[in-house]
This record gives sequence, C-alpha cells and structure tokens, in this order.
Amino acid sequence: MPTAIAASWVEACAADAIDEEDVIRFDHAGRTFAIYRSPDDDYFATDGLCTHEKVHLADGLVMDTIIECPKHNGRFDYTTGKAKGAPVCVDLKTYPVRVEGGKVLIGLD
Amino acid sequence: MTVQERPRDYSLVGPEHQRAIERGLATAKWYQCPIDRKQMKELMRRSDGPAIRDTIIWFGAMALSGLGGWYFWGSWAAVPFFLVYGVLYGSACDSRWHECGHRTAFKTTWMNDVVYYIACFMVLREPTVWRWSHTRHHTDTIIVGLDPEIAVPRPPDIAGIILNLFGIKSAIALVKKLSYHVRGELEPGEETFIPESERPRVYLEARVMALLYLAIPVWCLAVGSILPAMFFGLPSFYGAFMMVFFGLTQHAGLDEDVLDHRLNSRTVYMNPVFRFLYLNMNYHVEHHMFPMVPYHALPKLHEAIKDDCPTPYPNTLAAYREIIPALLRQRREPGWYVKRELPRHAAPLDPGAAGGAIIAAE
Repeated sequence: MPTAIAASWVEACAADAIDEEDVIRFDHAGRTFAIYRSPDDDYFATDGLCTHEKVHLADGLVMDTIIECPKHNGRFDYTTGKAKGAPVCVDLKTYPVRVEGGKVLIGLD
Repeated sequence: MTVQERPRDYSLVGPEHQRAIERGLATAKWYQCPIDRKQMKELMRRSDGPAIRDTIIWFGAMALSGLGGWYFWGSWAAVPFFLVYGVLYGSACDSRWHECGHRTAFKTTWMNDVVYYIACFMVLREPTVWRWSHTRHHTDTIIVGLDPEIAVPRPPDIAGIILNLFGIKSAIALVKKLSYHVRGELEPGEETFIPESERPRVYLEARVMALLYLAIPVWCLAVGSILPAMFFGLPSFYGAFMMVFFGLTQHAGLDEDVLDHRLNSRTVYMNPVFRFLYLNMNYHVEHHMFPMVPYHALPKLHEAIKDDCPTPYPNTLAAYREIIPALLRQRREPGWYVKRELPRHAAPLDPGAAGGAIIAAE
C-alpha cells in the first residue's frame, strides 16, 4: 500500500461499496480518482483518468493488480501507478489509502 | 444522404486535421449503449482458453494445408491446398493482429504479444506503428483528418480495393513506410500519433522486418525454387482477398465525422467459418463501442445491446448488397453515405456530440 505522506485524508466511499478486484470512481474538489479493491482485499487509489487520453479508469477492467483502460486497453499497475506499455507511456499518480470504520480514506496532497 | 460533394483531404496533416479539432471531434466523447457494470465486468473477463484453442486450430490448419501444398507441389492438386493456406496466412492473420494488438485475445500478455508479432509479419504491418495507428483509429474512428485507418476514403478508389484483394496496396504502403523507418524517419503524419518515446522501437522493428522479408527471396534463390515464398511472404498477397472481403464490411460507405459507432460501423451476422477466420470482428459496432471485450464475448455483448443498435445485416451478402452500390455512388457523389437507422426506442444521437455531420445532413 502506498506510504506517501498525505496533507489531508478524505473519505471516498464505504469499503464494501467496491467489489473485490474492482474499481470505482471518486470525484472530489474538481478532481477525479479511481479507488481499487484488490483480490487480496487491499485498497488503493490513483488519479482517475488514464494518462494516455484522459478516459475514466473506473470504467475499465481490474485484473489482479492491473487496471486496463476501457478505451485503448492501456494497462497500469494500480498498486504503484506504473504504466505497463503502449499505448500508455506515463505512470499514474497514486495516493495513500487507509480503511477506518468501514470507510475508505484517501490521502491527498 | 448527401452532406458535401467536394472530395475531402484524408491526410493527417492537411486542413481537415485542424478542422476536425475545431469541430470538437478529436478525442471526443462517444456514445455508449447503457450496460450494467456487473454484466460488463463479466463480458470483459479475460481467458486464455478460447484464444489458445483458436490459435492451435489456426496453426494446425496452416500446417495441414501447407503439407498438402508441399506434397502436391508441381501439380494442380497443390492449388486448393495453397488457397486454404493462403487465406489462413494472408487473411486470418488480420483478425489475430487486431485482437492481439488490443491484448484482449489472451489473458496472458506475452501470448498476445507473440501472436501479434507473428501476425504483423503476415499482414505486412510494422508492429509499433500499427499499434499506435490503431489506437488513434479507436480514439477518432472515421474522423477525417484524424483517423489514419480510414480504409475507403471518398471518392472510393475501386481500383485500389481490387488491387488490395491481392495485397498490392498494402505492400506498397509497407515499402513506403519501411523506406522512411529504416532511415530513422517517420512518414509524414505519423508524428501525430506515434509518441517520441516509441520511435526508436519503430526504426528497429523496420530494420528487422526489412531483413526478414529480404531473406525470403534469398532463401528461394539458395534452394532454386519459389516454394519457400509460397509459405512465407507470398501468402500475404495470394491469400489476402478474404481480409479485404471481411474488412470492407466494417465501415465502408457509412457516415464520417459522427461520434456514434452505431452510425459509422456495421455488425454483420456471419457463418462460423467466417467468424473463426475473422475472430468475431463482424460484431464491429460492439467492438468499437467496448474495445475491452474480448472477441469470444462479442456475441454476448451483441445480445446485451442490440436493442439500442441498428438492425444487424443478416449475412455478408446483405452487407455487400449495400456496400457495392454505395461505393459506386460515392465515386460520383463523394458526399453521399449510407445512413444507419437507429431503432425508434434506441437512445438518439446527442446532437451536440455529432460534430455537425448529422446536423448538416439533408
């Protein structure tokens, strides 16, 4: 799970609002994020738009620790934000996540 | 339906490029049929099984037909074997190239990539160039000035289509592209869709491909027979006709500059043999609308959204009954196109997303 220091923690959703091995969209303060639940029941957060052509990743497919963009099938490792090859060349920004009281919180800078 | 009569500039660096951007057609939001997220997740689910099965059948059928061609080489009995081999090599490679390029055919990435590179060699396409070209095709499908893969610009080049039944235009395009790439340059227009970071790979692949293609005549000369080329290289020509036959059904004669795949793509019902060769790309509206759905799930996707789409063509013949007259008419009237009718209960096209083409239509 990302360990970056967050300036503020924002409640994104209920932990059970995301199916295992799935993703949902979370919009906050004019920004959009993607919140993931891995097959191991860990939670992660990244920027919500693909770095290739700004498509919402929450409409994509989660496979293990990979998120595939719904438009051009570009893939990222959502645990690190690492782009996994064409057509995505720029990594995704990731955010720290913690789960408290059944809520998913993401740390924003 | 007629919008304009003046032939348009289909290049990626001409006036249509800027015009498309100004009209809001670049990287635009496209219509998607409503579909439940759980159902979509199920449809998107990846599996290696179907593609491994279909790849074994594909290579197995090539091996058997190739064996027959080799055994009967020198007699007319070899012709049907090479015909089958040629179609498997020179036509079925197109859909393998396509599905593995999307990396949806197999669940395992390296399997997609291995088949993709083999299919690229067969279909006369450079891997990285065409990966990016096809990415743009999905971003800006049939948007003039932006889409590098508009197969039938208006007015249609009928002679070119006929030549391409034998792979001639594809080969000329490949030689032209290679001539740039082996020198470490891009063909004009390619800089609009191939990022800087990918260009060294383009040049390397071009040099390797050029050497591989040149090795074929060298091999023939060494053994004093054209037979090696009958197995590698020439099938991209003598077996390409079914690729054109299938490929024309995708978009030919339909509308341009419209942000709705229901209006610029066709779904055509095909028989199981065609669907094997074409890997279900006959469900082309569905593929463009939801490109992350693997080929083996497209029939299910079709069932899920068909009520929101134009009536599919009942067979390939029906599609060609529309395509051939449409292309002939577009020779005389480049602005004319086939207008696909949406069902009355289907979600209408958002006029604000039409980019003007539909609004301007008579």
